[in-house]
Amino acid sequence: MDFKTPMFELIKDASTNLPRDVIDIMEEMRAKEEADSNAKSVLGTILDNVDLAKVEQLPICQDTGMIFLDIYYPSGFSTLMMRKEINEAIKEATQANFLRPNAVDVVTGKNTGDNIGNGSPSIYFNEWEKDYFEIRLMLKGGGSENVGIQYKLPDSTLKAGRDLDGVKRCVLEGVFKAQGLGCAPGILGIGIGGDRGGSYYLSKKQLFRKVKDASPDKELAVLEKDILESANKLGIGPMGFGGLTTLLGVKIGTYHRHPATFFVTITYLCWAGRRKIMTLRQDGGYDID
Amino acid sequence: MTLINLTLPIAEGDIKKLKVGDNVSLTGVMVTARDVAHKYIMEHFIKEEPQGKDKELFDLLYKHLHDGIIYHCGPVVKEDNGKYTFLAAGPTTSIREEPYQTDVIKYFGLRGVIGKGGMGDKTLQGLMDHKAVYLHAIGGAAALIGKSVKEVLGVERLDFGMPEAFWIIRVEDFQCVVTMDSHGNSLHKDMIERSKGELDKLLAQ
Repeated sequence: MDFKTPMFELIKDASTNLPRDVIDIMEEMRAKEEADSNAKSVLGTILDNVDLAKVEQLPICQDTGMIFLDIYYPSGFSTLMMRKEINEAIKEATQANFLRPNAVDVVTGKNTGDNIGNGSPSIYFNEWEKDYFEIRLMLKGGGSENVGIQYKLPDSTLKAGRDLDGVKRCVLEGVFKAQGLGCAPGILGIGIGGDRGGSYYLSKKQLFRKVKDASPDKELAVLEKDILESANKLGIGPMGFGGLTTLLGVKIGTYHRHPATFFVTITYLCWAGRRKIMTLRQDGGYDID
Repeated sequence: MTLINLTLPIAEGDIKKLKVGDNVSLTGVMVTARDVAHKYIMEHFIKEEPQGKDKELFDLLYKHLHDGIIYHCGPVVKEDNGKYTFLAAGPTTSIREEPYQTDVIKYFGLRGVIGKGGMGDKTLQGLMDHKAVYLHAIGGAAALIGKSVKEVLGVERLDFGMPEAFWIIRVEDFQCVVTMDSHGNSLHKDMIERSKGELDKLLAQ
């Protein structure tokens, strides 16, 4: 089946068309920011940019990121085939300027020019029992990736114990450290538990949730709301210029942990939260949300 | 909100008048430079006398950068038969250039750098010593900023890769905010102090 065409459309849509729920929350927050404030003006510029990018099909942000894909596929399909077609779609999307070439050899410093390299794109394949594909794509810039951080509890400097209060303490410090550097206002994906690598994957996966949804776990839902409200009291604001809107959302997921470890991993998604989910059926039909 | 219109190259006197919080609109020629370019300037121009092809590059850059501006940006650029157009060109995080910036400002006689996220104490001191400002563009507003880039006059060291090359561009009404001025003020420093106070209150609970 043709994987390449829908993949190209998914990349194009993610690069140029910001998800509606992210736009809605920024409009809501702009209305709440003080009149004549930098915060209100920055959010206004951001929303104008989002409109322009959609109308003219331009990348919302020039940093189209390290390409992250979390793929769910029916039994019987080859991940080698999918990877090949995905790479072809990425090369075409780079040619068409929906992606900036972002894969740089660590030793030689050479940019491959087409976004294909060792570990690039970053793909997680998951076989599932359903008969269709779900392809989750995130284009996340390097600036926001750089402010991600992993804590291990306990952390005595933060008086953070191995419990949910400890999680809140280190996350708030993480947001403080990020200031405006990750292009605030951001959305936090938080992974608790797992091994170090798994905790990062878990934190990134949370960012595919809608910005206003709540965790199905009651205690985590309370914690998400509490961290969001507390972090917005820091006053960092859009771009770090000050204001009420430091974060747009907080999403928490958990893995079981080893008795000796307690990782809290934060992935910071900039306001340009270019994440899209494509449902692809075996007859080739697809929807992008 | 009043907008201060400035045309490049900028006189020292105009820079000294700028204060943190001022909204600025820039028109004229500027040059993009980020991580690889800053390291290159440091190693090939500042640490040793540029020779041959490096001397030609230096002369070209000096022409645009003396009393001029470096833009921390890795753009998406469309190429059509050798003609370049900026499609998306928001700022990149400036703090990565902290080790180089003051030397680069001094070396070229820059009047400013544009980026996002602000810079540290070393650059703040450099801005005071050499009369320059740090201008903050809106991170991620790349399509909009791309529209203010009217013409690509040239590109140097494209072998660094599209994001890292020196792009020489003519801009009109490029809008940004002064967040570090030539008098030692930094919005970023203030914000860190203020938010640290709030963090301490939250952690005391």
